[in-house]
Amino acid sequence: MAGERLISSDGIRHDGRRLDELRPIKMAVGVLKNADGSAYVEQGNTKILAAVYGPRSIHPRHLAYPDRARVRCRYHMAPFSVEVRKSPAPSRREIELSKVIREALSHAIFLEQFPATAIDVFIEVLEADGSTRCVGINAASLALADAGIPMKDLVAACAVGKVEGHLVVDLTDLEDKNGEVDMPFAMMYGRKKITLLQLDGILSYEELCKAVDLAMTACEKIYAMQKEALKQRYLALRKSIEEGGG
Amino acid sequence: MPLYFKDWDLVVPGELLAEGNYKLGSNVYKEDGRIYSNVVGILKLTRGTINVVPLSGPYIPKVGDLVIGEVIDVTASSYVVDIRAPHVAFLHASEASTKPINPHEEDLRKLYDVGDMIVAKVIAFDRAFNPSLTCKERGLGKITRGRIIAIPAVKVPRLIGRRKSMITMIKSETGCEIVVGQNGYIWVVGKTPEDEDLVAEAIKKIVEEAHVTGLTARIMKMLKDKKRRQP
Repeated sequence: MAGERLISSDGIRHDGRRLDELRPIKMAVGVLKNADGSAYVEQGNTKILAAVYGPRSIHPRHLAYPDRARVRCRYHMAPFSVEVRKSPAPSRREIELSKVIREALSHAIFLEQFPATAIDVFIEVLEADGSTRCVGINAASLALADAGIPMKDLVAACAVGKVEGHLVVDLTDLEDKNGEVDMPFAMMYGRKKITLLQLDGILSYEELCKAVDLAMTACEKIYAMQKEALKQRYLALRKSIEEGGG
Repeated sequence: MPLYFKDWDLVVPGELLAEGNYKLGSNVYKEDGRIYSNVVGILKLTRGTINVVPLSGPYIPKVGDLVIGEVIDVTASSYVVDIRAPHVAFLHASEASTKPINPHEEDLRKLYDVGDMIVAKVIAFDRAFNPSLTCKERGLGKITRGRIIAIPAVKVPRLIGRRKSMITMIKSETGCEIVVGQNGYIWVVGKTPEDEDLVAEAIKKIVEEAHVTGLTARIMKMLKDKKRRQP
């Protein structure tokens, strides 16, 4: 995109979105038969599958916490998820993202209800086009709820960035690579608690406040969609039976 | 005391259910006077107590539960049993049967071996240690005939029904013997395999439609229709 601008003078981004507009989002719950809980989320071209297993016994046994469950998280990018084949071995970046996602999710779970067990979360990036950790959190939080694991709230996540001097919501890969700032953000929206806030780049105090406001507005929309996706799984059948009279 | 949902409404984790002096049942929590749901489930309000009946989730053993499990290992003095809970359960040789068995003299594998399915009762569990089982009662022990159907443990109350209405109805309609393990394993013995098929079909329908009211009537209708078609 050398020479070309990512944001036009009337505030339209390279993919036709307004500055505060999310990409088209698709969510599905319970997509994997063998997992205890699973979800698939698409945000534009970012496509992510999440699976949850557990609470289950933990091996090796010394990893178990005597008073609560241990959340283990693996964020992984498929070799075909990016333009140039990525080695399937976990990279430094993937190991770090696994850690921050684990921390963003574990604060929402009632871990003390399952002492000495493991809750395993697998996040597989099938296609990467920016904001993969945020979409990963959205999918993993749906998968946890689908597994019936008691949670304080669903975790909704969205990235905010600064591109050519404008604050924009839900970055694509292009905006992430060519922009000045990337700020992944996750929160338990219903409880108004932030569980992930990272900042890659420099923002002034005023810009940071504005970015957090933008992220919260975006999370509100995503949170509503997550609730809808969880309910839709059961409501469709209930409706068809009630209308058909048995 | 505002209540934001009706009885039988579908709720998700973090959903604000009510405010004020309601009693807390299962799968709800309270913070700053507000009551929220823990899980994806159905809201049930009974005499001022707010409950959410979950639609999925793990089996958590309770003392006194009747369970069906698979023997996965035999040690020097006990059996290791998979009861589909977060932890494996132990069945000590002294609790293994109504007839005493001495692990020093006899081979424990003569009684139960790896792969055997057994009916047992939970005698101890406090979430921090592995649950303990007993088979020292009539009707407990190894399963030698019939078939076992697996369903999610959270659907077991629905299969039993209020005051056992559902399970009694299925038993009388099909003539099968049914033992329901609280962990979601159902043991069915019928006079013919066709009768067992009928039970399996009914159980499948119950699992799929657990969150819709009027289930017992629908299952009864289904069983009657199927039987009429059979010669």
